Amino acid sequence: MNHLSSETFRENAKAALADTHLRGALKNATSLFGERRKEAAASLPNWEALRTQARAIKDEALSHLDRYLKEFVENAETRGAKVHHARDAAEANAIICNLAAEHRVRVIVKSKSMTTEETHLNAALEAAGMQVVETDLGEYIIQLADEPPSHIIAPAIHKTRGQIAELFTAELGMPPTDDIVQLTGTARTTLRDRFATADMGISGVNFAIAETGTIVIIENEGNIRLTTSLPRVHVAVMGIEKVIPRFADLDVFLKLLPRSGTGQRLTTYQSFITGTKRHASDEGPEELHVVLLDNGRSRMLAHPVTRQALACIRCGACLNACPVYQQIGGHAYGSVYPGPIGAVITPQLMGIEKTSQLPYASSLCGACRDVCPVKIDIPQLLLHLRAEISPRKGSIAERLAFKLWAKVMTRPALYKMSSVAGRILQRFVPISRAWINGRDLRPIESKSFHELWPI
Amino acid sequence: MKVSLFVTCLVDQLWTSIGVSSVEVLRRVGCEVEFDQSQTCCAQPAFNTGYLKEARQVAQRFIEIYEASDAEAIVSPSGSCTAMVRHYPELFADDPKWLPRAQTIAARTHELSSFLIRVLKVEDVGASWTGKITWHDACHGLRDLNLKHEPRTLIRNVRGAEFVELEHADACCGFGGTFSVKYPEISVAILDQKIDAIERAGVQAVVSGDASCLMQIGGRLSRKGSKVRVMHLAELLAAGERK
Repeated sequence: MNHLSSETFRENAKAALADTHLRGALKNATSLFGERRKEAAASLPNWEALRTQARAIKDEALSHLDRYLKEFVENAETRGAKVHHARDAAEANAIICNLAAEHRVRVIVKSKSMTTEETHLNAALEAAGMQVVETDLGEYIIQLADEPPSHIIAPAIHKTRGQIAELFTAELGMPPTDDIVQLTGTARTTLRDRFATADMGISGVNFAIAETGTIVIIENEGNIRLTTSLPRVHVAVMGIEKVIPRFADLDVFLKLLPRSGTGQRLTTYQSFITGTKRHASDEGPEELHVVLLDNGRSRMLAHPVTRQALACIRCGACLNACPVYQQIGGHAYGSVYPGPIGAVITPQLMGIEKTSQLPYASSLCGACRDVCPVKIDIPQLLLHLRAEISPRKGSIAERLAFKLWAKVMTRPALYKMSSVAGRILQRFVPISRAWINGRDLRPIESKSFHELWPI
Repeated sequence: MKVSLFVTCLVDQLWTSIGVSSVEVLRRVGCEVEFDQSQTCCAQPAFNTGYLKEARQVAQRFIEIYEASDAEAIVSPSGSCTAMVRHYPELFADDPKWLPRAQTIAARTHELSSFLIRVLKVEDVGASWTGKITWHDACHGLRDLNLKHEPRTLIRNVRGAEFVELEHADACCGFGGTFSVKYPEISVAILDQKIDAIERAGVQAVVSGDASCLMQIGGRLSRKGSKVRVMHLAELLAAGERK
């Protein structure tokens, strides 16, 4: 099983860099998504204004989150939904496992949901004896391969067509082919059968509207529509930050999200689910359960700098734009959420103990901030986390080095002396062998600019 | 106009010709240039690595040095270091004594190309250089200071230089300060995308506004035995000075 840990980020990254299949797949996918995003954003003359507006809506929702959540819960329950509150992943999984047991569920179909990846729901359900089938094609592929997703919206982005063909031959017994129509056809036939037999459908949520109690889920494959309408019981899992105040607010988000994620003007399906069916004779699930997950989000909400990360609408644009992600992909991060937003969210959700390398996995180039549809200042958040981590967890050598550095840089005489010392030392000591392994280091000048002046 | 040069520690120690060229260009456009011998660093290494206490100490020193100067502007041949100075108010956001001082210094500090075009309104400094040339957008200049057209305008006005756009000119070179030391393998993998684009551009030189990016790019080009040279914008603008 390919579940890496954030603790071994550097080793993970090195292994990823040596994987030519991975790097080929990443290069194709991230540049394609990046180009499409650019074109789609350019198709709207007011892109910048939309970003500002979206962020303002999110800020409003987050600064009155208690009120909007209450409103959402009241409206959803009035329409027949049952809302559950989960403080953490274990509670969320327990709620869902209990629901499955109560309803004598054997087969569960799931649509793509990063929140249930975050809680590792599949493992919990399987441990309770349930059969869980992922129905998003990408998620289905990685479920067959027993791997975690490597991208927020394109979970199997790290796989080439050839690798998927081999997987389908091994796992589904189909004759070897790399014809995409045949591959997707086989997945479709297999999944249709699961939809027909499933007792419970589990989905995520893109937006939860306080005003109406509606949950909104967008997709392209139609599997979410089936997951949320065919089985007897529908369970929707959402982070508490997904709530937005008004139905009209969707206008701006439905413009931004598909364009930022896949470069589409609109996804193929938008499902609006408000409570359960009105009449017994109507089609659709008998029960709708909404699980509201906190899992560290209240903690993020409490701080004015970290709060902005809760505005994230999980489009994945920052991953595609990130030079680090483009080279190493998602698995190396060893976390459910990879890339720049993952490096920001993961330490806050999971704590910094095991994830302290992630905020340093960035050159701080700012490309993520440029593409973010809700204008999250990711570099600022990375710096904020670094300032929390370095003084406590930095190596003793690094902490001492910066103390010494500050002494030298605040004393011109010391600075000049160390400049001379550096010139002598550079003949004997390689500054950083790892640096020099890839690049020639520029030698220190025989005379500094200070010494050249006046010119 | 009287300007005070912040040469940056990198240029001071590793690439003095950038400082010399900056002075030449500034004088050519009519500036009186002063250089304070007590200057050191902008504090960026500590700020970016999460050592804010140390960053504040060095930033305070920077502020004191330039408060003592009556120069109208502080000019630096680095988008990255200028962006750092522009971040000073964030560093002192909770410090009512230092915040206004940080704001004043931040507002006085300019990156070279931005100073020439936005402040002095000079688009042609009378430089000449023969050959095919391209531009790498250094991240902080591009994204923190919004420098996109300024350097290109200056380069296009260099006599004899044929300017070509670099594929993905705005992509990071992978340097990122301590990032290049903490994760050298990733840093070089990112860098190689840039190197490939430069080689495909078929140029004699790649120009940028930051010595750090140029060290990164130049270090790899020389390791690979490439004939393409790296040049700071100040060096290009000082080239072939009119007599």
